[in-house]
Amino acid sequence: MKKNRNVGVIGVGQSKYSSHREEVNQPEMIHEAVVAALNHSGITLDDVDCIVHGNMELFEMVHQPDLWHTLGTGSYGKETLRVTTGGTTGATLVAVADQLVASGLHDVVMAIGFEKLQEGHTTGGITNMADPLWARQLQTGALTGMTAADVIEEFGEQRAKMASMKYRIIMDKHAMKNDKAHRRLGLEFDQAEDLAKNSPALVGELRMIHMCSQSDGACVMIFASEEKAKQFCKQPAWIKDHVTVHREESFCIFGEPDYVTSHRYAAEKLFGRNGITDPLNQIDMFEMYDPSSWWGLDWIREFLMLEGDSHIKMIENGDICIDGKFPINPSGGVTASNPIGATAMVRVAEAALQIMGDAGEHQIPKPVNQAMASGFGGTMWTVLFLLTKDVPW
Amino acid sequence: MNIEKDNQFVIEGKLALPYQYFSGRTGSRFLIRLRDDKKINGLKCNACNKVFVPPRSTCEICGETIQDNWVEVKDTGTVTGFTVVRYSEPHQPVKAPYILALIKLDGADTPFAHIVQGIAIENMKVGLKVKAKFAEKTTSTIMDINCFMPAG
Ligand SMILES: [Zn+2]
Repeated sequence: MKKNRNVGVIGVGQSKYSSHREEVNQPEMIHEAVVAALNHSGITLDDVDCIVHGNMELFEMVHQPDLWHTLGTGSYGKETLRVTTGGTTGATLVAVADQLVASGLHDVVMAIGFEKLQEGHTTGGITNMADPLWARQLQTGALTGMTAADVIEEFGEQRAKMASMKYRIIMDKHAMKNDKAHRRLGLEFDQAEDLAKNSPALVGELRMIHMCSQSDGACVMIFASEEKAKQFCKQPAWIKDHVTVHREESFCIFGEPDYVTSHRYAAEKLFGRNGITDPLNQIDMFEMYDPSSWWGLDWIREFLMLEGDSHIKMIENGDICIDGKFPINPSGGVTASNPIGATAMVRVAEAALQIMGDAGEHQIPKPVNQAMASGFGGTMWTVLFLLTKDVPW
Repeated sequence: MNIEKDNQFVIEGKLALPYQYFSGRTGSRFLIRLRDDKKINGLKCNACNKVFVPPRSTCEICGETIQDNWVEVKDTGTVTGFTVVRYSEPHQPVKAPYILALIKLDGADTPFAHIVQGIAIENMKVGLKVKAKFAEKTTSTIMDINCFMPAG
């Protein structure tokens, strides 16, 4: 596998993530991230050939928001397209921008993911059209206690609960280092027992503390061809490869079928075509779309193609900490900030910042030569990216 | 019976989509000036030499941040286009039929939508000079301008 031409991330901009942004309307909030990304890359809007825009369909109840948002995106007179693939939207935006540049159609593409969740009604956008009789599926996957039950069954109640809570507290400690993060709670490890017992229950052992936030915010990334990237940027983060896997989940009358999760399937493909046989040693960090700490915990095993309890041990040993052997989500991840249409893009953006060395206070204290980032959506969808410090080809 | 066309079931559905949105600091300042001082303000892009009413905190042409470049425009202007609303709905501010016009205020470069009253529908025309009539009681919305009336 070889891309038509190399594509580098040359700029990242993020608004502050928050539960409410009453001082700005949607285009104004997006504009903050656009300005930040332009400043980071050192280019101007004139250098941008094309803009890709996306968020969750219907979440803000605005039809064709990309048109209104021209006020903040700077897309006046530029080719612009809108992408909306549910929770994976932010990741798909990156995939589309990468393809637009790799194909040679455009040299510089700006991708914009946003959500202003406080202004809408998420349930209206994703569940009202459901009717299982006709396979009109219920497309809300995030709020499920099933993973918690499965992990508890496999590893025992005490070990499972403590591992998921340790995962959550590590994420919060990371978020404390990221001033863009929405929820920065200042949790300490000795609170684990108390939180696991007393945090309000949502579904079974999925508790409020485990769950991602509902955030307002925008993320912008600028992609450039190798020639332009080298011209504008000292250390671009190169998009080496990405895999998209969307599958549909439904209840099966024949019982739980044996299947490979979309995460493991994507990892298998990504690793296979990039010569990765030992991901823990060949990849330096991972930004994972972790909608809850139960899923974060469980998905480490899937994405890294591990077996048994090695993923639990990674948490217990603190390997996933920012200064650990295999840092995961030094940004604080999705349990800290979740502006949905931007969330999956933030994963790639944060991985890119780590490679560029521009993550600031949450920069990993070791070289990042190869990074992985994942998007998640639907009932079980995956977009998985591989980013490199060296030009891939 | 033609089973291709007859006896086909319809499954009824209904969406409830409550939502809200913030007008933001720029939009709020515009409304506060209107409410407290009965003044209409716009934002100016000096680079493009354009005054936006309603205000836009970024210039949609060049992308510059212009949120501090407030300028006052007149409460008089010119109709640049209009339509006649001939049906009534609960959310409408007045009873149909009424004229909904695009009005470019003197000093502004962009038109904005509002109601024109005080002229028979058959006499309404593009180019009509109009003047704002402010509401007696504020609602902290754009309806603090009650309507526009023919000027002079
Ligand atoms: Zn301008």
